Amino acid sequence: MQPLHKLETPPLPREILLRIYREMVRLRTLDERMMTLQRQGRVGFYGACTGQEAATLASAIALEKSDWIFPALREGGAMLLRGFPLVPYLCQIFGNAGDETKGRQMPSHMASKSVHQVSWSSCIGTQLPQAVGAAMAAKIKGDRTVVAAYLGDGATSEGDFHVALNFAGVFKAPVVFICQNNHWAISVPSSKQTASESIAIKAQAYGFGGVKVDGNDAVAVHAAVKQAVDKARSGGGPTLVECETYRIGAHSSSDDPTRYRDEREVEQWRKRDPLDLLRGRLQSWGIWSAREEDELRAKVLEEVNAAIAEAEKKPEPPRESLFEDVYSVLPWSLREQREELLASPPAGKTSQ
Amino acid sequence: MPSWNIIQAVNDALRVEMRRDPRVVVLGEDVGKFGGVFRATLGLIEEFGADRVIDTPLAEAGIVGAAIGMAMYGLRPVPEIQFSDFIYPAFDQIVNELAKLRYRSGGQYSAPVVIRTPAGGGIKGGHYHSQSPEALFIHTPGLQVIYPSNPYDAKGLLLSAIRSDDPVIFMEPKRVYRAAKGDVPEGDYTIPIGEARVVREGRGMTVIAWGAMLHEAEQAVGQLPELDAELIDLRTLWPLDIEAVVGSVSKTGRCAIVQEAPRTCGFAAEIAALVQERCFPRLEAPIARITGWDTPFPYALENDYLPLAPRILHKLRELKDYEA
Repeated sequence: MQPLHKLETPPLPREILLRIYREMVRLRTLDERMMTLQRQGRVGFYGACTGQEAATLASAIALEKSDWIFPALREGGAMLLRGFPLVPYLCQIFGNAGDETKGRQMPSHMASKSVHQVSWSSCIGTQLPQAVGAAMAAKIKGDRTVVAAYLGDGATSEGDFHVALNFAGVFKAPVVFICQNNHWAISVPSSKQTASESIAIKAQAYGFGGVKVDGNDAVAVHAAVKQAVDKARSGGGPTLVECETYRIGAHSSSDDPTRYRDEREVEQWRKRDPLDLLRGRLQSWGIWSAREEDELRAKVLEEVNAAIAEAEKKPEPPRESLFEDVYSVLPWSLREQREELLASPPAGKTSQ
Repeated sequence: MPSWNIIQAVNDALRVEMRRDPRVVVLGEDVGKFGGVFRATLGLIEEFGADRVIDTPLAEAGIVGAAIGMAMYGLRPVPEIQFSDFIYPAFDQIVNELAKLRYRSGGQYSAPVVIRTPAGGGIKGGHYHSQSPEALFIHTPGLQVIYPSNPYDAKGLLLSAIRSDDPVIFMEPKRVYRAAKGDVPEGDYTIPIGEARVVREGRGMTVIAWGAMLHEAEQAVGQLPELDAELIDLRTLWPLDIEAVVGSVSKTGRCAIVQEAPRTCGFAAEIAALVQERCFPRLEAPIARITGWDTPFPYALENDYLPLAPRILHKLRELKDYEA
């Protein structure tokens, strides 16, 4: 375990540091509540960000509002950071009528055009060539947009990872690949994903730079990603940022990590909890107090619980909505099938 | 009006639309200076530049994946997959991403991408330059599939495809790429997606075909006028022009479907199911499927694989003579 890199004075304005920290606490609280709700049978599935809050949020905050995010499983919190409201976010998790994406996907697959966070699939790495295409389009159109493409360590084994980095290098696309190396792709350790000395080093093969950063140190993550984003925006092309972090919890609510990893390893990483590390820094700089901490925790819990109560009240999406958005207009075949469904007896509430 | 082949018509459609709409970009392997291995993008890079006519690395998943991102961002990409046999590395991007994007985002995101790809056999191309994979894409909700047979339809449908807000798999019949010639209007015109064309009217039977096999079917029905066959060129496979099909079979009572892809689970099977659901009381004979065999596409015996005019005619005679 590496010691935290010491900093005598805050490298960022106080407001930004406190915003990152508040969002990290909110996401941690949200994840804890959601895992509880999942065990209570109120939520079908959940993939928590616990332990990776710095890598997710301190990277996303380095983007401008007009920049785009192509997320993977654990970057939903970036939407909240970028201003997406909590209630429709939770409605996606409940898969109900309050979900902007109409209950079409499993929980933790949220997206919203309002914050330029695109819709993603559960297939690993497929978002990466798309992110490069969006960045190429921004460049063709002469926009300032930078695209952030998130991935896990497992995704680096996929063909789409290679394809995407190769395209990004060839076309000097304004894209930043942010790899959350959390050491585990479900049960397979990162040592089984690659024989390279790091993930960051792979960027060299594609003709651009890679940088490895302490992914649990919000300040370090922010600095590395900000530098990469600035470089991309000024025409300098892509960067691969490897955030070395750790998945403290299970891969998802369907997983049991005690079957494949040593609890002592988890305990070591708990000592490097990204919330504790940032709070320690804030306290050492004298910009955060125990009282503020207590107030924040209470406020966030209240906010999350109120949003859950409101979101959970929403009904299921209407039956006929099943046929919308396959195409921009309803073809005859789906019109017929919709009539067939509506003439059939109701199947009852979807099981969870 | 110029007389053009399908490649020239496709090339002209791309040029017309790129002049009209600055969002349109072409990308793929060899599409730039070389103008594509079939020359369908010839001259475009000189007129529109390397920003809009993009030679990509050799990776189909990258071509389609990048096109999806470009379309999400507001461009109208027209990627070329050099042969439809090479489309499978991009299959995940097409089936799991392109086709489902609008649905999975609740209508927030869409990817109006037109994937052009030369398809079908008959050029001595063996397994990997001959396949006709339309059924795989018709089976995927969210895609439109177009398969013209002649230059006039190819241009008009390609212009409609690029203007469509939904993704299109645009299959070009390479067996007749240069052989199928016809008058093609200059400038802008469109043919609506989802409308079949009655090539020849008749009352004795309905023959349904598309792509290169349309020409074989036309030759077959022309050889035996007493079949009194009504020949339909589907042009758009999905969404199918169900009214044209049902209207014709309701009139003739007999139906044959010609497809060069393998038989089992091919599009002919779906058409047969739709026809029997809707025309059952009118049918006077079992619906005939005249297709490629359930084998990989052969090199040496390709004319025995393809449902060419002699085999079509043989089956149509049986269909005519059938008595319950």
